[in-house]
Amino acid sequence: MDQFAVKVFVRLRPSVLDPAGEATKSASIKLGAEGIKSLRIGKMIEVKIEGNGENEVREKIDLLCDRLFANTVIEDYEYSLEKL
Amino acid sequence: MDNFTVGVVVFPGSNCDRDVSWALEGCLDIRTKYLWHESSDLSDVDAIVLPGGFSYGDYLRCGAIARFSPLINALDEFVKSGKRVLGICNGFQILTESGFLPGALVANKNLNFICDDVELDIVSSKGGWFNNKGEKQTIKLPIAHGEGRYHCDSDTLKKLVDKELIALRYKNNPNGSSFDIAGITNEKGNVLGLMPHPERACDETIGGTDGLFTLKSLILE
Repeated sequence: MDQFAVKVFVRLRPSVLDPAGEATKSASIKLGAEGIKSLRIGKMIEVKIEGNGENEVREKIDLLCDRLFANTVIEDYEYSLEKL
Repeated sequence: MDNFTVGVVVFPGSNCDRDVSWALEGCLDIRTKYLWHESSDLSDVDAIVLPGGFSYGDYLRCGAIARFSPLINALDEFVKSGKRVLGICNGFQILTESGFLPGALVANKNLNFICDDVELDIVSSKGGWFNNKGEKQTIKLPIAHGEGRYHCDSDTLKKLVDKELIALRYKNNPNGSSFDIAGITNEKGNVLGLMPHPERACDETIGGTDGLFTLKSLILE
């Protein structure tokens, strides 16, 4: 069995308004940061998982992302995978 | 009808389950039974309410974890059999997360938790959940939510409109919902999800009775 460290990034789809991101952008500007064009908030999920090779692990992570980690009506996801 | 029993689902974090039961039993004399989320036996209930609250602490997304409970797994067959399911607030969020209703509910546009009475237009008569016969086309119900902004893509919205699945629209959209949507049904009409709380509007002494009709309609065949 191989073990992998997976980082899943879940983001609101571009078409979905992100009011928390807008509020944070506004606070960033108040802090004095200049030049912020856009600020959107997502989630990062770290998973340690084992399986028989990368393909099998990718299948499991795809299922998790599609069914649980992200709601694909409002969110997109991507992930990176590192063999431990 | 004497033995008609409405199942009120209890998740860890539900907090409107007792309100729903009180409104059904105390105001409408309809028998209720609490259903723990780990139960998958729905054989002795005739309709189901998914009440408001914060199931599983709203972890990940509202309703996202509840979707995987044994009870929600058993709900598919219940819905297919034509029995009626009402999802209120967090219950609506669970119904969208689990795919019984289209779209999703996301954070209110103004980021506030909004607790208020709102005026609602009854849009569709699908499922017979609202009294839109005669004069009564607008009702007033309380809302209490932080994530109640209904969102769907344009194709879904078109389908909702074309198939008359939009049950309720806000008169003065409080949360930024697409198309002012406050509640929708499935195509068959036996599943209704809405953000407002009909169970909190079942007695004049607490501010109104516009929620009675919807709860009473749970016993429609």
